[in-house]
Amino acid sequence: MFLVRRLVNYMVLIFLASSFAYLLAATTLQPRAYFEQRQPPPSQEAIEAQLNDLNLNDEVPLAQRYGVWVSGVVQGDFGQTIKDQSVNEEMSRKAGVTLRLITVGTVLGCAVGISIGAYAAVRQYKRFDRYSTWAAFIVLSVPTVVIAVSLQVGAVWINDLTGKQLLQYGGEYTAGLDAGFWGTLLDRLQHALLPTLTLTISLFAAFARYQRNMMLDVLGADYVRTAMAKGLTRRRALFKHALRTALIPTITYFTFTFGVLLAGTTFTEKIYGWHGMGAWVVDSIVQNDVNSVAAVTCFMAVCVMAASFLSDILYAWLDPRVRVS
Amino acid sequence: MTLTTEQPGEAPGRTAATGQGRWGGVLRELLRTRRAMVGILLILALVLMAWIGPLLSPWEMGERDFTAFRSGPSPEHWFGTDNTGRDVFTLTMVGLQKSIIIGLLVAVLSTAVAAVVGAFAGYFLGLTDKALMWVTDLALVLPSFLILAILYPSLKDSGWIMFVLLLAAFMWMVTAKMVRGMTISLKEREYVLAAKYMGVPAWRIIFRHIIPNMASLLIVDATINVSSAIITETSLSYFGFGVQPPDVSLGSLIALGAPQALAFWWMFAFCTGLLVVLVLAVNLIGDGLRDALDPQAKRRS
Amino acid sequence: MTRTASAAGAEKATGRADDGTPVLEVTDLNVVFPGSARNPDIHAVRGVSYTVRPGEVLGIVGESGSGKSVSSMAAMGLLPDYAQVTGSIRLHGEELLGLDDRAMSAKRGNAIAMVFQDPLSGLTPVYTVGDQIAEAVQVHNPKATKQEAAERAVELLELVGIPEARRRYRAFPHEFSGGMRQRVMIAIAIANDPDLIICDEPTTALDVTIQAQILEVLKTAQRETGAAIVMITHDLGVVAGFADRVQVMYAGRLVESGSVDEVFYRSRMPYTMGLHGAVPHVTTEEKRPLVPISGNPPSLADLPPGCPFSPRCPIAVDACREAEPDLLPVGAEGHAAACVRAAEIEEQGWGVADVYPVPEIPPAEAAQRPRAERETVLAVEDLVKHHPLMKGAVFKRRVGTVYAVDGISFDIAEGETLGLVGESGCGKSSTLLEILSLDRPQSGRVEVLGRASGTGTARDKFAIRRNVQVVFQDPMSSLDPRMPVFEIIAEPLRTHGFPKADLPGRVSELLELVGLDAEQASRYPQHFSGGQRQRISIARALALEPKLLILDEPVSALDVSIQAGVVNLLDELKARLGLSYLFVAHDLSVVRHIADRVAVMYLGKIVEIGGVDEVYESPAHPYTRALLSAIPVPDPRVEREREHIVLTGDLPNPASPPKGCVFHTRCPVFAALGAEEKEACLSIQPAAEPTGTGSGDHAAACHYPDRAIGS
Repeated sequence: MFLVRRLVNYMVLIFLASSFAYLLAATTLQPRAYFEQRQPPPSQEAIEAQLNDLNLNDEVPLAQRYGVWVSGVVQGDFGQTIKDQSVNEEMSRKAGVTLRLITVGTVLGCAVGISIGAYAAVRQYKRFDRYSTWAAFIVLSVPTVVIAVSLQVGAVWINDLTGKQLLQYGGEYTAGLDAGFWGTLLDRLQHALLPTLTLTISLFAAFARYQRNMMLDVLGADYVRTAMAKGLTRRRALFKHALRTALIPTITYFTFTFGVLLAGTTFTEKIYGWHGMGAWVVDSIVQNDVNSVAAVTCFMAVCVMAASFLSDILYAWLDPRVRVS
Repeated sequence: MTLTTEQPGEAPGRTAATGQGRWGGVLRELLRTRRAMVGILLILALVLMAWIGPLLSPWEMGERDFTAFRSGPSPEHWFGTDNTGRDVFTLTMVGLQKSIIIGLLVAVLSTAVAAVVGAFAGYFLGLTDKALMWVTDLALVLPSFLILAILYPSLKDSGWIMFVLLLAAFMWMVTAKMVRGMTISLKEREYVLAAKYMGVPAWRIIFRHIIPNMASLLIVDATINVSSAIITETSLSYFGFGVQPPDVSLGSLIALGAPQALAFWWMFAFCTGLLVVLVLAVNLIGDGLRDALDPQAKRRS
Repeated sequence: MTRTASAAGAEKATGRADDGTPVLEVTDLNVVFPGSARNPDIHAVRGVSYTVRPGEVLGIVGESGSGKSVSSMAAMGLLPDYAQVTGSIRLHGEELLGLDDRAMSAKRGNAIAMVFQDPLSGLTPVYTVGDQIAEAVQVHNPKATKQEAAERAVELLELVGIPEARRRYRAFPHEFSGGMRQRVMIAIAIANDPDLIICDEPTTALDVTIQAQILEVLKTAQRETGAAIVMITHDLGVVAGFADRVQVMYAGRLVESGSVDEVFYRSRMPYTMGLHGAVPHVTTEEKRPLVPISGNPPSLADLPPGCPFSPRCPIAVDACREAEPDLLPVGAEGHAAACVRAAEIEEQGWGVADVYPVPEIPPAEAAQRPRAERETVLAVEDLVKHHPLMKGAVFKRRVGTVYAVDGISFDIAEGETLGLVGESGCGKSSTLLEILSLDRPQSGRVEVLGRASGTGTARDKFAIRRNVQVVFQDPMSSLDPRMPVFEIIAEPLRTHGFPKADLPGRVSELLELVGLDAEQASRYPQHFSGGQRQRISIARALALEPKLLILDEPVSALDVSIQAGVVNLLDELKARLGLSYLFVAHDLSVVRHIADRVAVMYLGKIVEIGGVDEVYESPAHPYTRALLSAIPVPDPRVEREREHIVLTGDLPNPASPPKGCVFHTRCPVFAALGAEEKEACLSIQPAAEPTGTGSGDHAAACHYPDRAIGS
């Protein structure tokens, strides 16, 4: 029952977010300009026809355009892109790319960050802690964009140095490559390495800092003392009792950082030339493609909601106190 | 550990440390941590550089040296010149100014909004809370960079102040949620109850008892917001959705320099380096403040 | 017991052979917590030596900050790394100091075990209680299978009195009450049959009836394992009934030690005497002012030269301030005291009254008139407060109703103190908040100074607030840490439009009224000790000259020596200002001391109400009788002869109170009734009936108030 209520709440939020984005895009973006600057300039009538066709005509009242859009969305149709392709098709092609990147990046980043943070807390003020803290600090101070660009620059430098295309930094795979299964896999890995690394690095820093603080909070907890009093060594008590409990708040933190992560993904895709949702939205805005912008917003809202739902479930799984009996 | 329960409260006979009480102590504590000290020095240096630098530079903002396009650092052009012969040093200093101002303004604004929204939601709970939290959730669901990007055409004309307002409008939510949580626990504190039962009106309790008692959280958060504002600004400007010409910021400079980073490194390295140093300094101060303000976190040395 | 554990036990039993080696031998123990640049070193334990013999119970008594916990944590090797520990701690003659964590962990939980104070935070929230006990078994018997460890855990759960142990094995700590969790902690401690169990304030966080249960469990545990017990507590009553020997600690040092009788009846150290004088006794009939020890315990960072107690000692002489006296034998065998004048005290046979000046408190004027003639300040009639019960942090939903306050009635006359007592969860705090809210109650009626709550305008309500003020329990959180004391006390005055020019005068006056220096008004709360903060709270509450003061456990967070001073202050203020108090407390001894009338609450209902002497001398309700009997009296002889009524089980869930009489599930009278007689208890909640004793307003809500308990 509450699950249903929660889902309904999610749907409403997602719908409102997408509508908001649509309305915003419809009022500020100028699809007309997109057609007007085409070479050769199409005739006025052709533009009108195109705009009407795509439900983008700014002379039609906003409410009416919105109505058309909503009725489409309700039936699961996000309309056409400004190039007159189906938004749905585009989306189904690009969503996978983004999801792959996010999932791998998140899992790696969280895992690395949490382990480093937890270990740093246990070794507070020792060498490992100091180095990892400084590393995290520096990484936290570098925008994802800069990380991505720097890695790219570094890759070019390494490639130049070795004289081979060791690291790939453009696109998701080499177009037209025919190298069998292993060759394709290798190619994909080569391409995926840097973008994934970008996301992992930027996530690791945040999680390492957070997990370290959470871990420090429970280090002195009474139950850790109890565990030691029953005969566990400090190390075992910390890993079995403290870390397990300190993971719980990190779950909540994950929800909060997810939005930042999405933004990071967008930049990464754009910079590495992956054709994912993030790159798409940047292009759409530049091309004044209202329907695509709204669709991507919807997709991102769904992602945020899914992340928060996932973390709720994880939370309930990790913390018996919130389980519904 | 047991230390907390076993330590006697501060000796009653001891005179109060200073007239400023707590804040004086915090400041001293802050100056004592090496990290925060480094952060403060860096910030001071950057601020001085950003505002005094352009005065020292022989080149004016927007002035072009048609004898030198994309020339490397030289006594003439300390940081070199860009594609159109502009002096990179001057550009970078002006961009640094803008980034610092944007970061500060956004942080102050968004933290203020967060404090008020969170405190009212947490104190009144019920309908107020539902409504405010719903708005917060909605704002959280909307990817802020996306909204900012969509709005950029209208920004083009209204200048960077509008950009600051928008940035702030999408940065208060997480803090607001934290403030709400703290308010809910603070409102059960006995001094709040005592005030309530002596007839102090609710808004006064919020501004007099609740918000001041979250000051440490708010200050730390504001500091963190400074750095996230700078980072967001950079990212947006990188894609051309942020600060618009003729204004420059570190982000727009990085965008300009990045594609040529290998061939003409000075157009990328200086602005990126300064950006990283700036954000790092802010983060260091934030961390130092957290340690100084949160007595629980610190005494575990 | 299972094979594994009994084998381990037998092995240890040989080592335990009575060769005269003490189980634990502490010699010249010093613990220093080094400070940072701003904070000076804390010298928490200073030269403490003692021994614990096999099977004996040693009580260590002291107030907070006396170093009593730190010294035992040192024995467990549980102090943080940065603590500097010197001296010697020997377990069965084997030196423990200097052992590394691995070697120490082999001792911990095996030969030496510990029960901590706060059972609520002492268990890892994410593992089941059974697993946590089984872990203790397995860590010292690596050969035991999971199955065996689990079996042993169930046995242990049964041993510590948890019903349905097998099912409860899978419960999580948050599903257990505080008392049950403490039983689990004890089960963990005795899992490997230790030779020594250190109990660090094991019952301080618990209610009296639960405390009585836990003390019983500890006795059982000792019987089963034959372990020696070190009982660390601030409660002289617990020590009196439980320990063989007692040590008193003050400022990180032992100041007196000896057998229980010696220390209790022939104290040779003024501090120990002061502790005796400061505790109110639940059994004393006459009202004598308590004897407070002036001042506060010294800071361990900055000790004065000489005897650390000398600044507070009424009989200190110059020699006391020169050098710290050693713990020297005095009087009977094994009795030692660290006092310059111990011999003198011995010779003269001085008692508390000879050493400490007894304060004089005038009787209240209003109390001279008969109760019926006095104005009624507060009248509560059939008050009801039900909360919705929500469950789940993620998926919130209403799962029931908590019957927090379920139809209670009482009134308070001018100049009178009503003590509202009961265990945690009985609804006393809800009652108090409901009265303070001045809102219309869900049902029933609250009349403050003749005006029913929930009627009249907001302005009327505001005006009433003047006359009803509150003092809360926690001296740490009841004052806004961001405000100087002046602002704190001035806040109610400003709120109610007191002329600005007169503020400083009024604040100084109030501070002096509660025994503080007016010059301290510019300081912040953190510069005051707990007792002083509580005085500030009282000053704030008195600022508007209220008629009724609602006191929510105002002294329960304070050390006994401080508590006495605050209780005396309250007594005095009541007499001087003609106040009425609603005194909410769980400590029946304090209530007996301060209240005129007392109401006993159980599960949202008042089960007994009446004059203090009547209720305490001839309690009619079995719950009241059990409560009174559960309180340990700080008098070893009395305590040895007393028969405690130990209630079974916990407070029932207030969301689903038992049908009929709410107390029948734990009632010892009910348990002894015939089936026919039980019928009434099972079906009808008894109304409060006059008991016929005393002045006629003593009433109890029991079907069989005159049945004896304990056949």
